[in-house]
Amino acid sequence: MPQFDPAIPIYRQIMDEISGQIISGKLKAGGQLPSVRELAQTFQVNPNTIARAYRELEREGIVFTRRGQGTFVSEEKETFANLKRERAETIIGGFFRDMSSLGFRKQESLALAREFTKEEGD
Amino acid sequence: MEHALRAHNLTKRYGHTLALCGLNLEIPKGKIVALLGPNGSGKSTLLKLFAGLIHPTAGEALVLGERAGVETKSKVAYVPEFNHLYRWQTVDEATRLAMKFFSDLDYELAQKLIAEMQLEPGLKIGSLSKGMHARLKLALALARTAPVLLLDEPLSGIDPQSRRKILTALVDTYRPGEQTIILSTHQVLESEATFDQVLFLQDGELVLWGDADELRREHNSSIEDLFAKIYQ
Repeated sequence: MPQFDPAIPIYRQIMDEISGQIISGKLKAGGQLPSVRELAQTFQVNPNTIARAYRELEREGIVFTRRGQGTFVSEEKETFANLKRERAETIIGGFFRDMSSLGFRKQESLALAREFTKEEGD
Repeated sequence: MEHALRAHNLTKRYGHTLALCGLNLEIPKGKIVALLGPNGSGKSTLLKLFAGLIHPTAGEALVLGERAGVETKSKVAYVPEFNHLYRWQTVDEATRLAMKFFSDLDYELAQKLIAEMQLEPGLKIGSLSKGMHARLKLALALARTAPVLLLDEPLSGIDPQSRRKILTALVDTYRPGEQTIILSTHQVLESEATFDQVLFLQDGELVLWGDADELRREHNSSIEDLFAKIYQ
């Protein structure tokens, strides 16, 4: 069970958790998500909050609902690529932010990163 | 949107003390609402008014469109902060007695909840710890099908395990969209993921209210920190 940060909207954190499971392959394209009640019990979160996360994920095209059957992961290949890209952008943005707090400019950070990959190999 | 509870200019005076002054609020159907505020801010008074146990000095309290009173009692399950069960009864006897008072109490569900709360039906009420007593009160309230559930400080003065069990039972038993729950509490951090709306009361007035996740976004803060900031 993930620990939620109470300073960030909880439905957002649930959306991130589900997106993360899609990117990592734990949830497959076309696969079914747990019911709202099941997930509410797993996460110990108000079911209204889970329902809201599902609604928002659907609005973003990441999941879809089949009436009377439940919620499923989108089968569009683009969705998966977009999710991965968004996540990558977040990680890279965080990298530059952290480096800048150490006093490195973007070019210097990039140069360091390049050196690092040489040392580490691929 | 249909409202479960409404207050119009709701005012309650006890002698010279003004407990609530001209409160206006609307609580939509199917939400879990946290009622927050320091002692003496009017939380218990507000719950008792909606439960129809006391009458407003001015204004009105409406439950599903009807004035709170004898007629609305079957629609509202109210759990007071104090221990109201008979000491000499067993857990099961208390459950059967509650069924006589409340026709909407589902005995099988009560038995299931009592087991989940790790209480034995044969235990004497007088022998229960504070935490066990709180768990029993909640089990009996959650076993009712009344559309409105009012809980006055269900988490206060009890051990962390009992608080955990109570919050778990609330989330698991809650009927989304249909049931409206208001719980007053000081244990904000522990219950952050349980409620979806918040009401902040201070000196008998509503100082802030709204959707919990929207408030987190707007203020970049947890509800607990917001609570500390408002009442510092």
